[in-house]
Amino acid sequence: MSSAGHLLEVKSLGAGYGIVEVLFGVDLVVDPGEVVVVLGANGAGKTTTLRAISGMIAATGQVKFLGESVLGRRPDQLVKRGMAHVPQGRGTVTELTVEENLRIGAYVRSDDQVDSDIQQWFEAFPRLGERKDQLAGSMSGGEQQMLAIARALMSRPKLLLLDEPSLGLAPLVTHEVFDRLREISTSTGTAVLLVEQNANLALDFAARAYVLEAGRIVLSGNSADLQGDAAIQKAYLGV
Amino acid sequence: MRDFLQILLVGIGDGAVYAMLGLGLVVIYRSTGLLNFAQGEMAMFSTFIVWTMWSLGLPMWLAILGGMAGGFCVGALVHQVAVRPVGDPHEKPLAVVIVTIGLFLGLNGAAQLIWGTLDRSMPPLFGRGQVTVFGVAVAWQKIGAVIVLGVMVLLFYLLFQHTKLGLAMRAVASNSESASLVGIPVPRLLMLGWGLAAAVGTAAGVFIAPNLGLGTNLMQLTLIFGFAAITLGGFDSLVGAVVGGFVVGALSSVMPRYITIFEKMPLAPAFILILAVLLFRPEGLFGKKQVTRV
Repeated sequence: MSSAGHLLEVKSLGAGYGIVEVLFGVDLVVDPGEVVVVLGANGAGKTTTLRAISGMIAATGQVKFLGESVLGRRPDQLVKRGMAHVPQGRGTVTELTVEENLRIGAYVRSDDQVDSDIQQWFEAFPRLGERKDQLAGSMSGGEQQMLAIARALMSRPKLLLLDEPSLGLAPLVTHEVFDRLREISTSTGTAVLLVEQNANLALDFAARAYVLEAGRIVLSGNSADLQGDAAIQKAYLGV
Repeated sequence: MRDFLQILLVGIGDGAVYAMLGLGLVVIYRSTGLLNFAQGEMAMFSTFIVWTMWSLGLPMWLAILGGMAGGFCVGALVHQVAVRPVGDPHEKPLAVVIVTIGLFLGLNGAAQLIWGTLDRSMPPLFGRGQVTVFGVAVAWQKIGAVIVLGVMVLLFYLLFQHTKLGLAMRAVASNSESASLVGIPVPRLLMLGWGLAAAVGTAAGVFIAPNLGLGTNLMQLTLIFGFAAITLGGFDSLVGAVVGGFVVGALSSVMPRYITIFEKMPLAPAFILILAVLLFRPEGLFGKKQVTRV
């Protein structure tokens, strides 16, 4: 595909915290509607990659979103352009109710379908509907993760950045979160860039994958190919 | 008994003014998680703006609106120039608190430069008359303060609970990172919060100035009472600021009347109250205790 067709195009992305460099030139692309995962161990730079893309930390290199260079933009400016980021540790607003979290998720929208979208989420996740007046902070980890994803999708993004949604969740809950994500991504055509440690789950979910090691992309390909790759099996799949 | 009621009502009238200043403190606490030591000076500054407009011949109510608008600009400017560059108040709370103390001195100095050190006189908004209810005389000015306070609380309630803007301000207060990730321009909302807090303070100044005379030290005692009010009510609660203001006003009026030692130390009841609340109920009467499941 030509460069113009990429939804997100990241070239030689470098970032870090203070004097500690974490990323040393990450290259990746996400096409419209595509589900892509970045695999990596603890400390490989997965979270930093997402934070650099969404403008939460300063970065060097090139980040193009919808063909426009967006490096140096604040996160709220990227949300307006159609990029939503669910940070690690859920990122709900704990002191707002469930319904208020969804409503605030639609902050950048000015259409009149916000209420009906909220109702749709309550139907998709009945647990959220039952607890709509409860403070987000009082819900369980899985429920908060669902809420965080729903909240991000309320902005009707073209690209959803997801930071380890499986972190701290029971396997069964994790599976449910991924099942729902797949349904949503397919039905809305939202592209997803996921970073995960849980390679089994992530490779089943995503069509393509990158492997990040010590701040560099060391491998990339179709999920099916990577699942068959001996090195991957050894390092990430525990086979 | 009548004597007691009389003193109590005076105290409650004063308390309404403490609550007005407290509301401004709560608004800033909710957006930054910090106490704004310059709150009183911002109010003093905008009260001088009211006085200037009034003495230039504008009707009082128009001058007050002008002062609030001016106060809003001062508050917003203060945030942009002095608070925002220092960094995220959630990461560097001490630095920002010290900036507010610097602002206290800076605004005071600026007001002295502009308006001089002589006290100015300002007419009471609701006149000098009073009504007698059950044999107790209540000044219209005090009744007016309670009504204005009520309107302010109602407006704030509507803003925070029933508008998108208010919801966004609450989101910023709770978690500025998450707020920015849903597309809220956090710095702009913080600026708005500072502006609103300063505008609210104008009302407090307008009620106090006729009694004390309008000088640059106008709000310094009142700020202590305002702190006591929100400590009692809870730093993050608008209702708490109101209830706290009334209680602090009543205590500060009643106690010196019956306990001689407080006559010479009018601030002592407020201090004792602050201490007692911090010891026994640090979140205040209406403050939120954090409940978070991990």
